[in-house]
Amino acid sequence: MSPVETVIQLRSIAKHYTMGGEGFYALQGIDLDIYLNDYMAVVGSSGSGKSTLMNLLGCLDYPTDGQYHLKGMAVASLDENRLADIRNREIGFIFQNFNLLPRASALQNVMQPLIYRGSPLAERKRRAEDALAMVGLQDRMHHVPNQLSGGQRQRVAIARALVTQPAILLADEPTGNLDSSTTVEIMALFDQLHDDGQTLIIVTHELDIADRCRRVITLKDGRLISDVANSATVISHAKGVGAHG
Amino acid sequence: MANLGFKIIEATRSASQSIAAHGLRSFLTTLGVIIGVASVIGVVSVVQGFSASITQEFDGMGTNVINIESYTPRKASLQGLYATLGYDDMIEIKHRVKGISNVTPTVSICGSNAVISYRGESTDTMVVGSASTYQKLYAVYPEAGRFFNLSDDKSRRRVAVLGPSIITKVNIQGDPIGQYISISGEWFKIIGIAEKRGKLFGFDQDDFILLPYSTTRALLGGAEEPDISIGLQVDDMQMIEQIKQQLKNVLRRNHNLGKDAADDFKIATANQMLETFNQIIGSTTVVLAGIVGISLLVGGIGIMNIMLVSVTERTREIGIHKALGATRFDILLQFLIEAVFLCLLGGLIGLVLGFGAGSLISSATGLPEATVPLWAVFLAFGFSAGTGLIFGIVPAFKAANLDPIDALRYE
Ligand SMILES: Nc1ncnc2c1ncn2[C@@H]1O[C@H](COP(=O)(O)OP(=O)(O)O)[C@@H](O)[C@H]1O
Ligand SMILES: [Mg+2]
Repeated sequence: MSPVETVIQLRSIAKHYTMGGEGFYALQGIDLDIYLNDYMAVVGSSGSGKSTLMNLLGCLDYPTDGQYHLKGMAVASLDENRLADIRNREIGFIFQNFNLLPRASALQNVMQPLIYRGSPLAERKRRAEDALAMVGLQDRMHHVPNQLSGGQRQRVAIARALVTQPAILLADEPTGNLDSSTTVEIMALFDQLHDDGQTLIIVTHELDIADRCRRVITLKDGRLISDVANSATVISHAKGVGAHG
Repeated sequence: MANLGFKIIEATRSASQSIAAHGLRSFLTTLGVIIGVASVIGVVSVVQGFSASITQEFDGMGTNVINIESYTPRKASLQGLYATLGYDDMIEIKHRVKGISNVTPTVSICGSNAVISYRGESTDTMVVGSASTYQKLYAVYPEAGRFFNLSDDKSRRRVAVLGPSIITKVNIQGDPIGQYISISGEWFKIIGIAEKRGKLFGFDQDDFILLPYSTTRALLGGAEEPDISIGLQVDDMQMIEQIKQQLKNVLRRNHNLGKDAADDFKIATANQMLETFNQIIGSTTVVLAGIVGISLLVGGIGIMNIMLVSVTERTREIGIHKALGATRFDILLQFLIEAVFLCLLGGLIGLVLGFGAGSLISSATGLPEATVPLWAVFLAFGFSAGTGLIFGIVPAFKAANLDPIDALRYE
């Protein structure tokens, strides 16, 4: 077996919040390695720190303690502009509430991240059209978000996250606002992406979604309490924390 | 810096989309700038139209012309002593001052207006008695007929040169030359019609009658010598200061003025009048600058206010942009360009409205045609853009410094 490439490495990560004079840890002592083409579900009860973890991974937030290495780079040492560049190039973030730009069309939404890496208009357009075609929205490109259904909006968001060909796709409860049949469609899309080699981390509290993933980690009160491989077809990682199935 | 150019283009594209998306609000936001620029451009266009035509007027008059008038100091006028310039003053000047020509006396009849009539139509006009040199000095050439000459003056002939407006004022039928017109009850033969000069400051410059000096003098009658004004032409402009000094010496001696006595006359050059006029224009401009300053300040504060509201409103959106990889600079640029764009738009609307208002005012009041000089256009845009930059910077920094996760969580 060839050595597996580590995309993300977390060591002793903690996130501390102070509210009204009282402090508590939303995350504590997290050690985690995420490998190339991982298809990982993050589960845990509400308030267990799943979103906090995703925001740290997505470089939208920073840990109060611990080390985060992304493709070998120590994230804590990077300045604002480098972080912006990482959010742009390495990370595709999908939100529960889609977070589309409300006045921009589907196409413009998908083109937007390419502006920040300096792609010329024609190239932006071509790549955004390809990404929208991939999620099956080629004939909804000029609709603005409120002319689209929930499932369609999430597809736009997925196309927008993928258009930059990020190292890692982060989805925080991507189907939380969708009905069950749309959920199945979106999950099929994620399966497809995994098959194509994409690294995915998906936060969910739905068991059937977690079941589709190849690896499931569980958070409880800001701590990592289990890390299991879901299927025998997947390589079991040598360095994973917790039990291996 | 191709990268900066790219960023500016993209920020401009998205700023214009954002401005268009809030059409009415954008318009109201820039209202302060619109009104500021419009009022300034309105006034500037009228004043500049004015100034251009005045300067032209002075050029036509010739900068080498000197006018001398009597001047009564306030103290003397309280004592009932009025200074005068007499015909003898003119003779003295003619004989004693070298390097001048076309020395011309001018006397006006009955204060300034006299009653004239023609076949039952009567009106009043400015009647001026002067010499044949008047036409050369002030470039009043006859359009028809002839100007009066030395012999008309010598023999006190009752001949008149009319300003072209007189013809319509008293409704002269047929060829006016050779017809008779009554001035202050005396009959005069019309020998010439002056060229048309048009209006200045709303005054008709063609509403006058010129008579030979000695004829006028006789018409006025009386023993008391009238107060005249003296016009003359300086042959060599280099000498103008020396000539003014000589004129002063001659007149002071002729008036027996003691060492400490003030001049009882005033020597004015066309240049001086032009300078005075330019000073007036200059101070108008300073006042205008004040108006611009205040209105742009008010407009700018309005823009800053709305932009701050807009940043708050768009907090989530800014968070999304940051999550997609926008840097601080990207966001800063986006909001700054939006502010500058808004102001420039306001400036453009203001420019058009101001010029429209200026033209309307000018044509309604008979003033010279309004003109907007190029510098005013650049200034208007420059100040508008500057206002956008200055008052956009605070909201832009506020937006740029938002923390991505805080912005995304904002409800
Ligand atoms: N900005 C914040 N300030 C204070 N507490 C926060 C903040 N964000 C999250 N928390 C708290 O941290 C804990 C974990 O939150 P989160 O990661 O959103 O949980 P999950 O996504 O698993 O439901 C919760 O108790 C939440 O209230
Ligand atoms: Mg959550």
